[in-house]
Amino acid sequence: MAKSARQAQIEKAALYPLDWTEERTGLVGYTKWFLFRNVPRDVNWMQTLGAATLTAFIVQATTGVFLAMYYKPDPDSAYASIQNITNEVTLGWLVRGMHKWGASLFIILMFLHMARTFMFGAYKYPRELNWITGVILLVMGMAEGFTGYLLPWDQTAYWATVVGININATAPIAGPFIAQFLQGGAQIGPDTLSKFYSLHMLVIPGGIMALIGLHMYLVIRLGVTSPPWSPTAAGRPRDEGEEPQGYGAYREGLIREHEEDKAS
Amino acid sequence: MSDGTDNHDQAPGSSLWPIGFAIGIACILVGLVISWPAAVLGAAVTIVFGVLWIRDAARSHAPVDSAPAHALVDGTPSEAQLAAEEQHLETYGRAGFLTLATIGLGGVIGAGVVLPSLGFAVLPSFTGEGIETNPVDLGPISNFPEGTFVITSFTGSKRQGDVSRRTAYIRNNGLSAEKEPSFTIIYSRCVHLGCPIQPNGPAFKDQAKTYKDVTLTPVKPAGFGCPCHGGAYDTEGNRTAGPPVRSLDRYAFSVADGNLILGDHFSVGTVAGTAADAVMTRYPVAYPGVHVDGIERFLYPLPVPGAGA
Ligand code: HEM
Ligand code: FES
Repeated sequence: MAKSARQAQIEKAALYPLDWTEERTGLVGYTKWFLFRNVPRDVNWMQTLGAATLTAFIVQATTGVFLAMYYKPDPDSAYASIQNITNEVTLGWLVRGMHKWGASLFIILMFLHMARTFMFGAYKYPRELNWITGVILLVMGMAEGFTGYLLPWDQTAYWATVVGININATAPIAGPFIAQFLQGGAQIGPDTLSKFYSLHMLVIPGGIMALIGLHMYLVIRLGVTSPPWSPTAAGRPRDEGEEPQGYGAYREGLIREHEEDKAS
Repeated sequence: MSDGTDNHDQAPGSSLWPIGFAIGIACILVGLVISWPAAVLGAAVTIVFGVLWIRDAARSHAPVDSAPAHALVDGTPSEAQLAAEEQHLETYGRAGFLTLATIGLGGVIGAGVVLPSLGFAVLPSFTGEGIETNPVDLGPISNFPEGTFVITSFTGSKRQGDVSRRTAYIRNNGLSAEKEPSFTIIYSRCVHLGCPIQPNGPAFKDQAKTYKDVTLTPVKPAGFGCPCHGGAYDTEGNRTAGPPVRSLDRYAFSVADGNLILGDHFSVGTVAGTAADAVMTRYPVAYPGVHVDGIERFLYPLPVPGAGA
């Protein structure tokens, strides 16, 4: 049925900004390709754990940026500023609570996601780099937890960090150097708190964001693995001899098809 | 692998020089922390391998099949040059030069930004900048009854303030065999992982005294215990149970105008004897959990600069 002139006009007006952007950036097409790319037909709910982890990180980054507006990384005012956030600042209790509980959730989700990829054998060829970037992300996530834990500057924070730093110090050869770098001197002092704050809100999150980018690039390039009970095997055999030719050849076979779907 | 360009012959060949160069840089960085001669050695290694690397790279980018210079003497291009022009062969390694220049300049600019920043981030931790050398005055000796431990809390560094509040368990041992004053001064940090050890015994809060910002509370401990992982020590600081790896750290002391002055902080392997007759070897302060004696001490061979006396 032909559209009325009015309908066509409205449609055109609505789509105009998208077309404008697409013409200049190509991003609309890319986004569509990204959102509607093929995944194995028997994907499982457990394969949403990675996206859940990403969401938890975004929550941490967002709430953290706003906490930073009220938090003061100085031994004389840190504790008071956290009390102020919790008890005085409007909705401070909520945002701090989201950040505090979200931190544990983030770590738990990372472990669940890792367990899923392990159980599904998703770390095997050609996804080894996904596993390796993931391991670095896990370590950096835990470093976020460690550096963030000092910031409230109460007794728990202080002594947990003393013990944590001294655990680092027991590593052979390099241990005492790592400990001394972390506390910025021979003992925990005023510089330790601001150093941890800088690591916690700038250095490590920056690294995490960059690595998440790489991790996601690999997921999109290689496709997700089908579950172990899928009728098709995970991934495809390592190439023997001839190299695949042309763009996309490396991806061939990574997205599993059902046997009956395969031609001939 | 195809990168979509026709510059395959520009790809640098494999060479070992960059590895030597990297070792040199690592040597400089480690040397800056540990000792100047090592840094100088590192710089020399870096320069030598850098030059070798550049020479190598320059050779692999040398113009292909270039005409000998004497061919231009009579002003007419040689046959080789004509042939090269015909095939659009490179007679002058311009692309190669630009590649090298970009990498080289980029590297210099990058190093100029990254090295000072890294140094600023790392080195201050190892220069001992935070260590206060002013001795701490703990007040008149008469505040320390003979044979009794006194829980003594003091500010380690006026500049750092409350963060540097420390506690020591101090026992006046009376006069030694040489008729010198003797004090046992045990630092309150557990040598397992640094929790605050507690005296196992009654504290006499009603007899507590203060001197400036030093607080002094007499206590009668049977030993010391750590709340974190159950480490236990006797009254000389020797480990009696739990995970600690050596005896408790101590402080040296001096007496000036009848006042007890806190001296150097040091670490201890084990203590033989008790009170004024105690015998021990002094080691430079080590982190909790770090062995100072026994075979395990070889796990920590490098002294940490700026860790204090
Ligand atoms: C990426 C994962 C992150 C984790 C796992 C994490 C973890 C933590 C933890 C455990 C605390 C202590 C909370 C408490 O006991 O109250 C904390 C506090 C804090 N974090 Fe994060 N954090 C993350 C990201 C960020 C980011 C990106 C920022 C800022 C850009 C940030 C800023 C802060 C601030 C200002 C505090 C102090 C406020 C408070 O303690 O409630 N965090 N974080
Ligand atoms: S810190 Fe004292 S027993 Fe672990």
